[in-house]
Amino acid sequence: MAMSKEMGGTHAESHDTHGGAEHAHGEPHEPVFVGERRKQLDELLTRYPTKMAVLLPALWMVQEDRGWVSEAGMAEVAEVLSLTPAYVKGVVTFYTMYHQHPVGKHFIQVCTTSPCNVCGAEDVVHAFLEHTKCGELGVTSEDGKFTVIEVECLGACGFATPVMINSDFIESVTPEKVPDLLSKLT
Amino acid sequence: MGYPHAPHPRETTVLSKYFGDRDAIGLDGWRKRGGYVAFEKALGMTPAEIVGVVKDSGLRGRGGAGFPTGLKWSFMKPGDGKPHYLCCNADESEPGTFKDREIMRWTPHALIEGCAIGAYAIGAETAYIYIRGEFTEPLERMEAAVREARAAGVIGPNAMGTGKRVDVWVHKGAGAYICGEETALMNSLEGRRGNPRIKPPFPAVAGVFGQPTTINNVETLAAVPHILNNGAEWYKKMARADNPKSTGTKLWSVCGNIARPGNYEVEMGFPFKDFLYDLCGGPPPGRKFKAVIPGGSSVPIMNMEEAEAALMDYEGMVAKGSMLGSAGCIVIDDAQCMVKQIARLARFYAHESCAQCTQCREGTAWATKIMERIEAGEGTMADLDTLLEIGDNMTGKTICVLSDSCAVPIASGIQKWRDEFEAHIKGKRCPFRAAAAA
Ligand SMILES: Cc1cc2nc3c(=O)[nH]c(=O)nc-3n(C[C@H](O)[C@H](O)[C@H](O)COP(=O)(O)O)c2cc1C
Ligand code: FES
Repeated sequence: MAMSKEMGGTHAESHDTHGGAEHAHGEPHEPVFVGERRKQLDELLTRYPTKMAVLLPALWMVQEDRGWVSEAGMAEVAEVLSLTPAYVKGVVTFYTMYHQHPVGKHFIQVCTTSPCNVCGAEDVVHAFLEHTKCGELGVTSEDGKFTVIEVECLGACGFATPVMINSDFIESVTPEKVPDLLSKLT
Repeated sequence: MGYPHAPHPRETTVLSKYFGDRDAIGLDGWRKRGGYVAFEKALGMTPAEIVGVVKDSGLRGRGGAGFPTGLKWSFMKPGDGKPHYLCCNADESEPGTFKDREIMRWTPHALIEGCAIGAYAIGAETAYIYIRGEFTEPLERMEAAVREARAAGVIGPNAMGTGKRVDVWVHKGAGAYICGEETALMNSLEGRRGNPRIKPPFPAVAGVFGQPTTINNVETLAAVPHILNNGAEWYKKMARADNPKSTGTKLWSVCGNIARPGNYEVEMGFPFKDFLYDLCGGPPPGRKFKAVIPGGSSVPIMNMEEAEAALMDYEGMVAKGSMLGSAGCIVIDDAQCMVKQIARLARFYAHESCAQCTQCREGTAWATKIMERIEAGEGTMADLDTLLEIGDNMTGKTICVLSDSCAVPIASGIQKWRDEFEAHIKGKRCPFRAAAAA
């Protein structure tokens, strides 16, 4: 959104990603909305008076199945919901949780907003950067396993510092706990 | 209860009574604890009767603005021939706030029941619960509870066997603080970018899908079944004797530099000093409290003199220069640098600005740059005036109040901790960082 790259914004969408090359852009797109997924989509369509309302859920399905939302994925969503690809892209780029590039197998989000910040969240970020060997925020580790980003308030401020690893939500993470957390990820 | 701690004897646990109780999560367990009795009762009342009880109770919105809930519901006109919608705001992204999360994790059926009653009362057949995408566990529990309630016929096309349709659906957000603003939430639900809309038209006239809509916070809706079960008089009594404008119990999320962070539920008007020192255990060992942001990051920052004299209700917080807001209480101790933390808040708003209004897009980014410059020891005294001037231009001029919210902590900071700002500027470095390095 508003914060530009030169200010070091923490957008997932603005990251340069190294590694994860097997998902290179432009590879042929396998349709997502077939079989079970198509049924799920059709059921969702009954819940809303417009097709467009299913856009966010449909994008979530693409990300769950493919790990990120490619241009081809956006085009497929546009097709099934009778929208234009440009419209879909406009929506995708608004939200921080849709990955517009492949990310590491384990996508690690650490909250550093003030309530967590006063409890030492920045040290947690440094511990992740060091132990994943990512080195830098938003950069995927050489082995393609990890990407670490800072995020804004995760809505669990009393459990500082909350960290999300893919869809796992982990409370009360301290720098000391980081090596152990990482060792459980394969 | 002071979740994740045992309840303190001075808490009044209504909404939080079953936090931490795994048996309360499922439908059977919830029914054993009195679940869905209020919904059954509601279905036997007219919508106007329900709105009347909620009005009498004095319940006000728990999402931040404190708007009277019964009055909001009365703007909806059941039977006007249009589809009506209820949107439950479960976007909970205001820094410091994490109470709706616990309601959804531990008592998902309490929220479904509140939504079902609310929907019926405003003449809606559909309620959408919009949950922020990061809340993976609350999302799972809410979705499971909705499936269970539908399968049992509690909600759905023939709710409680009355022939009335009350659908409740969970909708997952995708990462954007602004989608907690009610009109942005409606846009997001419709499958659009989450930009706030210009009001009027107000949601009760043309809301989601262009139809009459009511938006309520999770905690607001979760309180409704208790009000129907116990009566408006019971709810109204939980207030200060000299302030009938704030009623009921309130969940407070407490975080930052405090001995026992967590959620606490107290009656309106509770003394803030007792709350901070007795219930929450005071500052961490060896530290002193310096500042409190009582209502989520968007409200003015209190110094300890103000905080210790405040009473915890809508009017009590205003009387001491702040606001109840979302009751996300952020405590900052004497080891923290106010300039750094205010700069971090400014960065939050800059990141979350939807960039629709110029004053907000430019103002939040510019204010962040200056704050970070001062924090790095590169600021000038003129920067303080510039910050206040930018703040003025960011206040009251935009479609929603995100812009105002960025200006608020900066203004409080310069007003109440000017010495810290000046120490950064004159010493050309952060005194806290220098002390830590020494
Ligand atoms: C920038 C911004 C963010 C907001 N975020 C939330 C939120 O996360 N949850 C919420 O319930 N209300 C939030 N609100 C307030 C809503 O706009 C709205 O007032 C509220 O959901 C109404 O419900 P209530 O009357 O039950 O409080 C936000 C408002 C603004 C301006
Ligand atoms: S500030 Fe970290 S979860 Fe809220």
